[in-house]
Amino acid sequence: MFWSLYANVLVQGVLTGLVYGLMALGLSVIFGVVRVVNFAHGEFAVVAMYAAFVLFRSFGIDPFLSMLPIALAFFVIGYGLQRTLINPFVSRPEHEQFILLVGLAIIMVNGTLMIFGPDARSANLSYSFDSWEIGAIIVDKVRVYAAIAALAVASLLFAFFRFTDTGVAIRACADNLVGAAVVGLDVKKLYALTFGLGLACVGAAGALMVTLTDATPMIAPAFTLLAFTIVIIGGMGSMTGAIVGGLLIGIAEAMASVLIAPSMKTMASFGLLVLVLALRPQGLLGRRA
Amino acid sequence: MRRARLPLRRLLAKIAPMSRPGRGSWEDNMTEKTRFTRRTVMAGAAAATLVAPAVVRAQAQTLKIGSLLPRSGFFAQAGQSMHRGVLAAPELLKELGYNVEIVHIDTESNADVARTQAERAINDGCHVLTGAFDSGHTLAIAQVTEQRQVPFVVNVAAAPQITEQGYKFLVRNFQTGGQLVTNGLRLIKDVMDAKSIKFDKAVFLHANDTFGTAQRNAMDAIWPRVGLPIELVEKIAYDPRAQDLSVEVTKIRSINPDLVMCVTRASDAIKMVRDMVRQRFQPKAIISPGSPGFYDEEFYQALGPLADFVLFGLPWANPKSNMTQAFEKAFAKANPNNRFAVDSFNAGFAFEGLLIAADAFKRAGTTNGPQLMEAVKATSIAEHVMIGGPITFDAKGQNPNIGSALVQNLKRVPTVVLPKDVALAEPVLPLPAWQGRS
Repeated sequence: MFWSLYANVLVQGVLTGLVYGLMALGLSVIFGVVRVVNFAHGEFAVVAMYAAFVLFRSFGIDPFLSMLPIALAFFVIGYGLQRTLINPFVSRPEHEQFILLVGLAIIMVNGTLMIFGPDARSANLSYSFDSWEIGAIIVDKVRVYAAIAALAVASLLFAFFRFTDTGVAIRACADNLVGAAVVGLDVKKLYALTFGLGLACVGAAGALMVTLTDATPMIAPAFTLLAFTIVIIGGMGSMTGAIVGGLLIGIAEAMASVLIAPSMKTMASFGLLVLVLALRPQGLLGRRA
Repeated sequence: MRRARLPLRRLLAKIAPMSRPGRGSWEDNMTEKTRFTRRTVMAGAAAATLVAPAVVRAQAQTLKIGSLLPRSGFFAQAGQSMHRGVLAAPELLKELGYNVEIVHIDTESNADVARTQAERAINDGCHVLTGAFDSGHTLAIAQVTEQRQVPFVVNVAAAPQITEQGYKFLVRNFQTGGQLVTNGLRLIKDVMDAKSIKFDKAVFLHANDTFGTAQRNAMDAIWPRVGLPIELVEKIAYDPRAQDLSVEVTKIRSINPDLVMCVTRASDAIKMVRDMVRQRFQPKAIISPGSPGFYDEEFYQALGPLADFVLFGLPWANPKSNMTQAFEKAFAKANPNNRFAVDSFNAGFAFEGLLIAADAFKRAGTTNGPQLMEAVKATSIAEHVMIGGPITFDAKGQNPNIGSALVQNLKRVPTVVLPKDVALAEPVLPLPAWQGRS
């Protein structure tokens, strides 16, 4: 029966990894184009979790549906934030960007703490505890739904960047900022769009996360760290890299729990990070600077 | 010079206890024998400034207690629960004839902040400190209270070294980690006997944090001595920051134990039960031998009927004590949106910490640190909230009379099921099936 233990763990790792990947995607998109590292990434995810929780508790809207309006709202917030607060910092030193975004993160954590308190909040869906039994393998329904939704959102984003004029223009900004400006692209607007898209990804991922885990203000820094680890492993600025990184982290953590010890699973993800930094500093799918 | 002398004389007149017996008052001596110079006035004023707070402290009619709790940060949930007990305390203490003023202080779940805030509380005139939920914070505060000779009544903190380091200004009204585990394991044996149920294999799951590791060490030491007829197959440590415990539960499921023993916090307990249900793993019993997690409001909110029938062995409020019933009323008045049954562990110990301080002040009749501490050490309170004998302290400052109860969630209410003399219901075992509950 040992094979079933590993098979179960592997399936869980893959499904969790896909949601991790979606969460990190937003960070990667923003950095890849705007070259600003969003240090408030996890905090935005937690705000999205609370938004999904409130919509579910107050109006009974399933987080798999509310992820759409939440992503839209986060797009607007991201667009506005970039145009007003972050844009002046784009050309300023990294430490100033860091202070700005960490300040924003602290405000969000304490804001959620004041509004919702420290208790864990969860969306108890009617199928939260359901699972499918396929031979010896048991698969959680919500985990499968969340993974499918994560894949769908990521695919939409890939399609947007590949097949739309705006997407191509944003990629042009990422590839050659001066060239993009010379040919007349509105760089500020494209930056704001990108930041909005990045936050939309975080919003969708947060709504999905609330089906898998509970929302608490204190979970935010862990999400930020997790997203950073994934993005660095996958390659800063690479969208495919974010999904691949998420999958790798999900699988590595799950397998380390069985092969080493459950309490060592974080060590496995950081071990992977060190290995990638040592052998391929630009990340698995990142481009050499 | 004459104008300067008058206010000083008035000030000195207030410091009557400074007079030396048999030689007349300090003021008389000064008037008769000493002429004021600028230097003596300055020296006197400086001395009065230094001595005055201590004198005022010693003469206070109301005891000023600093309640240090982690009301924000990692331990916020438990800190807030204890804080609700503190909020309910003044009215009941007043009814009992105690005059106290409570200063509410947040340690922000940070030992350095706890230390700084303890200093600040004493500088602001607190006569006694209580706290601090976390053992690390408690030890940080103890260093300050020891140095400043201010009594410190520990309400919740289990690390054995708190009462093993020779602190003279500290008492603890809580069980040590070892006592928590020992009593928790004994209660497992009691419930096996009471329900004639047999567990062949057990797994011990614990958080890989300070508390969880301390409990694991206590388990390693105590398990062989308790002589439970159960094979402890595996001990699994998990990362408390993990997003879920699915892999841990998969591992437990592959072992298929009858009994799962766990040391968790509330959010981890939710993850554990949720993944057990998802993975259709049904042990005969889930019992926590001395840890929080299963009785927090968030646990009931998140799991609904699935929160029922888990068991935990802990010091608990005695539902049959008059003091508990009076405290429950005060709690309901102070915290209309919270359930006493859920908060009774944290709130009960928070209240008892304040009761110990107030009672000592009443007997000592002074807020002078060393004298007040003597009174604290001589405490003997028979009627109180938590299960166990009278509140007294041994030479190390530890209350040896705190009992434990086996508590089971029944219809989302933590209910004492053992020992029989304080039980409100019969324990339900084996664990009813997850399916069909929600």
